[in-house]
Amino acid sequence: MRAHRILAVLIAALIPTAVGAQKKLNVVATTPDLASIASMIGGDRVDVKALAKATEDPHFVDAKPSLIVTLNRADMLIDGGAEMEIGWLPPLLQSARNTKIATGAPGRISAAQGIKLLEVPATFDRSRGDVHALGNPHFLTDPANARIVAANIAGHFAQVDPGSAAAYQANLARFQSTLDAKLTDWQRQLAPYKGAKIVTYHRDFIYLAARFGLDVLETLEPKPGIAPSPAHLAQVIAAMKGANARVILVQPFQNRRTAETVARQTDASVIEVPQQPGAIAGTATYVDLIDHLVAEMVAAFKAKP
Amino acid sequence: MNSFNAFLSARTRALILAGALALGAPVSAQQSAETERALDSLTAVVSALQAQVEGLSVAVNGAAAQPAAQARAGGTYMNVGFVGLTDFGWSTEPDVESLQVGDHDPRVRGWTLPNGELTLDGAVDPYFQAATSIVYKLDGDGETGVELEEMYFLTTSLPGNLQLKGGQFFAEFGRQNTLHPHSWGFADQPLVLNRMFGAEGLRSQGFRLSWLLPTSFYTEASLGVFNSGGETASSFRSEESPEIHGGEAVERGVHDARDLLYVPRLSTSIELNDTQTLLFGASAALGPNNSGTGSDTRIFGGDLYWKWKSARAMQGFPFVSFQTEGIWRRYEAGRRSAAESPFLPILPAETLSDAGMYAQLLWGIKPLLVAGLRAEVVDGQGGAFESALRADRQRVSPNLTWYPSEFSKIRVQYNYDLRPDIGVDHSFWMQIEFLLGAHAAHKF
Repeated sequence: MRAHRILAVLIAALIPTAVGAQKKLNVVATTPDLASIASMIGGDRVDVKALAKATEDPHFVDAKPSLIVTLNRADMLIDGGAEMEIGWLPPLLQSARNTKIATGAPGRISAAQGIKLLEVPATFDRSRGDVHALGNPHFLTDPANARIVAANIAGHFAQVDPGSAAAYQANLARFQSTLDAKLTDWQRQLAPYKGAKIVTYHRDFIYLAARFGLDVLETLEPKPGIAPSPAHLAQVIAAMKGANARVILVQPFQNRRTAETVARQTDASVIEVPQQPGAIAGTATYVDLIDHLVAEMVAAFKAKP
Repeated sequence: MNSFNAFLSARTRALILAGALALGAPVSAQQSAETERALDSLTAVVSALQAQVEGLSVAVNGAAAQPAAQARAGGTYMNVGFVGLTDFGWSTEPDVESLQVGDHDPRVRGWTLPNGELTLDGAVDPYFQAATSIVYKLDGDGETGVELEEMYFLTTSLPGNLQLKGGQFFAEFGRQNTLHPHSWGFADQPLVLNRMFGAEGLRSQGFRLSWLLPTSFYTEASLGVFNSGGETASSFRSEESPEIHGGEAVERGVHDARDLLYVPRLSTSIELNDTQTLLFGASAALGPNNSGTGSDTRIFGGDLYWKWKSARAMQGFPFVSFQTEGIWRRYEAGRRSAAESPFLPILPAETLSDAGMYAQLLWGIKPLLVAGLRAEVVDGQGGAFESALRADRQRVSPNLTWYPSEFSKIRVQYNYDLRPDIGVDHSFWMQIEFLLGAHAAHKF
């Protein structure tokens, strides 16, 4: 009896979950921000899963075997396309052996396609830190880029699932018009602080700064991927005092204590602003996330004029 | 774009200037008016061209054609990387190689350069990927050695979740055997791997077919089939096998499929929760050895890896991981004459049993700082020949690793070595590693 039950469980485990499931597109995104945009475009015609957790540093995700299984079953894969995932995605893809999501396949979406990446290095030199060869990959902090990414995703969805092309197009139009309206609003809210100086932990908010006319004065990391040193922090403190920079942005996974130390000496406020939807309460979708980001910044600028 | 504008307007000005010069210096009033009109129309044409070029340039930028991407694609169709590993330290045992058996371990009192590894990898075409690692190393006497450590292709588009690997590569036995020194948690290879697989690890020329099972959790089954001869198949038809069994190695050719080396493996993984992952596997290596004409070796192993990583990890820290492997070997030794001297008594046919295990704990305390502790035991049973390679040993190694960046590593390690027949030895090693070029991503 017991053996039968064990056998039944084993058989159940061996049968892929296709039975009972709708013919939804199985979409995998490397990061939750891409997943959120994909859900907006796919609606109820897709199942979207993100590989990276919203709360963790997306440069350093473990290439866990469960992610191999996720990628093996995927119809589509959306990656950033700017090598942010270079430390963990290639071995996963190698093990996943899924041609549907191979580079160049319709099921593979490179989000950076069509985006003008900033900080593209002219020379490759790691004495400048761990600089991404293709440019800064944190482009989704500029909502205007989300517009391009969404269009790119909708195009691929329609290619893989032509029957639903009209629905994807309609979802895209809805998402873009929401985004356009929101962008006007966000720009209005941040307009009074044009030119304001901000400090970030990593160079991960440069696209946001460019969009809203803010100035990233310094980063707590001396160079990308290099831990903050006391000497560098002393420099940052001096620069902040000189330029009257009073707002420090950190992502939830970054070392808040370092930021607090600097803030204490510069009378600045530290705001915790994730880049991934779902990292903290009230940021379930990409639009919620930017809403939160803008609100937090406006509040901080108001408090520390 | 600004510099582009500047470039074009500079060109416009130069054109106008050149036009003016070409029209000659001595000009009448009428001529000068004509010249002005000509210049105006030229300027208009250039402006129109400028607008067109800008449009094109926007389109090109839109396609994300970045200079870096061009440089990379134009320069090479593969990733090129180099890892340099240097060791420095001291041991109470003057013959350090008797303690540190691994080929990429620290080998002498003072400095060792055990691994300078050139790695090349990339996509061959839509059907294959390929990788190679060529290792340069200096032995205890400073002599350079070169080895083609790995060179293999990997299929990318076989049906049925299958994947074929072929060439020379580390056999997929357990966890540690496939890892290159760059990915080790310690300055040296575990004793049990040295014992079962020799100084270089178990690698040979062959094929490996792997199947990713359609289960809801990760399960992979693989079978490697290799040549059973050579230095890097030390428990099998290796010329160095006398160090294990003490007899003359016999000439043993390949007559049928039973003369090859087979390495099956089954591994599976489950997520215990959002932050903890468990991976375990069972492996075997089965093949002939050359202590006799009909003698075989069977090696079995079990491995377990557990990792916790904070849900709010920065640069992958903090984390705690635990890894353990147990390996058991049954080496059938044939009736053989002693290798040392023909006047010594004939060694009887017998079974040599060896077992060993290691367990290691790594704690990623904060970004780029890892503390480690490893405990090991190896044990050899039976044998008419007293082999130093099969003697009982125990070792405990605490260490601390600091990564100044993702591309460099400074490690200090202490080894407490106990050889019951000889005594206790203490060793202190410092390891510095640097990495140039492409950084191959780590598997879990």
